[in-house]
Amino acid sequence: MLDTIALARTMRQEIIKMLTASASGHPGGSLSATDFLAVLYGEFMNVDPAEPRKADRDRFVLTKGHAAPALYAILALKGFFPMEELANLRKLGSPLQGHPDMHKVPGVDASTGSLGQGLSLACGMALAAKMDGQDYRVYALMGDGEQQEGQVWEAAMFAAHYKLDNLVILLDHNHLQIDGNIADVLNPDPLDEKYRAFGWNVIQIDGHDHEQIRTALAQAREVKGQPTVIIGETVKGKGVSFMENQAGWHGKAPNAEQSAQALAELEG
Amino acid sequence: MEEKKNLATREAYGLTLAALAEENDKIVVLDADLAGSTQTAKFAKAAPERFVDCGIAEQDMVGVACGLASCGKTAFLSSFAVFATGRAFEQIRNSVCYGKYNVKVAATHAGITVGEDGGTHQSILDVSLMRSLPGMTVICPADATCTEWAVRAAAELNGPVYLRLGRLAAPAVYEAGQEFTLGKGQLLRTGSDIAIFASGLMVSQALEAAELLAAEGVKAAVVDIHTIKPLDTELVCSLAERCGAVLTVEEHSIIGGLGSAVAETLMEAGISAAFQRVGMKDTFGQSGSPAALLKYYGLDAESIANQAKATLARKK
Ligand SMILES: Cc1ncc(C[n+]2csc(CCOP(=O)(O)OP(=O)(O)O)c2C)c(N)n1
Ligand SMILES: [Mg+2]
Repeated sequence: MLDTIALARTMRQEIIKMLTASASGHPGGSLSATDFLAVLYGEFMNVDPAEPRKADRDRFVLTKGHAAPALYAILALKGFFPMEELANLRKLGSPLQGHPDMHKVPGVDASTGSLGQGLSLACGMALAAKMDGQDYRVYALMGDGEQQEGQVWEAAMFAAHYKLDNLVILLDHNHLQIDGNIADVLNPDPLDEKYRAFGWNVIQIDGHDHEQIRTALAQAREVKGQPTVIIGETVKGKGVSFMENQAGWHGKAPNAEQSAQALAELEG
Repeated sequence: MEEKKNLATREAYGLTLAALAEENDKIVVLDADLAGSTQTAKFAKAAPERFVDCGIAEQDMVGVACGLASCGKTAFLSSFAVFATGRAFEQIRNSVCYGKYNVKVAATHAGITVGEDGGTHQSILDVSLMRSLPGMTVICPADATCTEWAVRAAAELNGPVYLRLGRLAAPAVYEAGQEFTLGKGQLLRTGSDIAIFASGLMVSQALEAAELLAAEGVKAAVVDIHTIKPLDTELVCSLAERCGAVLTVEEHSIIGGLGSAVAETLMEAGISAAFQRVGMKDTFGQSGSPAALLKYYGLDAESIANQAKATLARKK
């Protein structure tokens, strides 16, 4: 397995390639979440591509389902399915649906796409572990715009109430959503104070710094009686100069020329 | 469950869940601050470690149920039908049904016989909503005996189920020990003049209506459609063809529920019959005693009999 830095670089290249091939999809939020996924799957997730449904595996819920390309990239690199499959993203009959489908892709633990629902699913998984005396952990990757959904806060209350210390949110705080800056559309900040008030252990990091991600994930494992949210400051479109911090690159695929430039930058 | 005569279907649900608590350790039950009303409190007492109160947060409850189901649990979740299927509809669509989870939405206080709480609390659209969901099985039992079967059948079936339950005591239609088959209607009374297809509490009303009709020489067949989806199309078609007149009776809007399901089936089969849907006629309910409401909205036995006669008059 590649080290996480190399893993993240390869993931970003694969994301650009698959979006170019499908001529549709979401680059911005896939690229901002890449480092979280690289470290999580590279060093923390207890999963086995040979037995994707093993009962005691760690669970991952991509609650911002539109970042599917990032998840597909890491799952393919981990060996859950062949790399060649990535070229079929969003094509008719492909297992790689626009938003992840647990019944079509090995390694996907929950079908998502409707924002705001994933944390509740993750809560149920974490609660099941508690009920069964199992020690697997549950990770949920969320968007910052997604925090505007009311159900997120129902689930946040639930997780703290049931002391789900086996649950971790990776919050991709890239400050953008479709219509622009989250602060302009409907400001969910300060997210750290909100989660703290809801009873969560809050860790704030640079969401592109692998050492900080690593430390935060390790720290979350030590916390007892509380769920943890790791709020990562990120850049939407990270790694591709013309996509960085551009709301316009939320859900648009690069053309051939843009793709070539992006890949050249990522080779960098 | 000996004294199950005239139990509300919600009560039979609670009793069956409590029995299942002993028999099946995979079952978990979730509620949204209505455990006393929905009767899930009976399960909570029997297996507190497998009962989850989610608070007044129906959308989250649906998602939590899915997460539990994804880890091997058989999850029953309950609230009032209005909230379970309305507030959390999109969660049921995208989390439960798209994910094909082993989640049972067991909603109580369906229909207008909720009574005095009024229109906000009377669930008259839930069958329409749940029936339209790919992969969802929809069961609306008529009495306690049928409910016990339905809850057990739901627990056995690996996938989403909607159980529609009532608040009001339901007259016993079945003897204890009656057997049922998922997707197969129950022919309760034979007759050749008109076929009455009913569900839930309306089954007992339809049987009473058939008695009234018999006194006037009209032979009405009565079928309990406990499984609204998948519908027993064979029975619906054969009986409609034989009688040439059809009445559907449901404690639900005439739009999208049992009546619609029967109409769709008959049209596609090319069976023409005098046809009438009895139900809430594109209107919300209001406060009142259950009996007063049934009469007001034309869902009591006498009104059903009258509508049957009016339908017969149109028979070719
Ligand atoms: C319930 C729901 N409403 C709307 C959408 C459409 N949508 C897809 S992505 C998105 C913006 C998400 O912003 P954010 O959570 O910040 O994600 P990121 O910036 O990481 O891409 C919206 C509104 C959706 N998928 N689900
Ligand atoms: Mg964002």
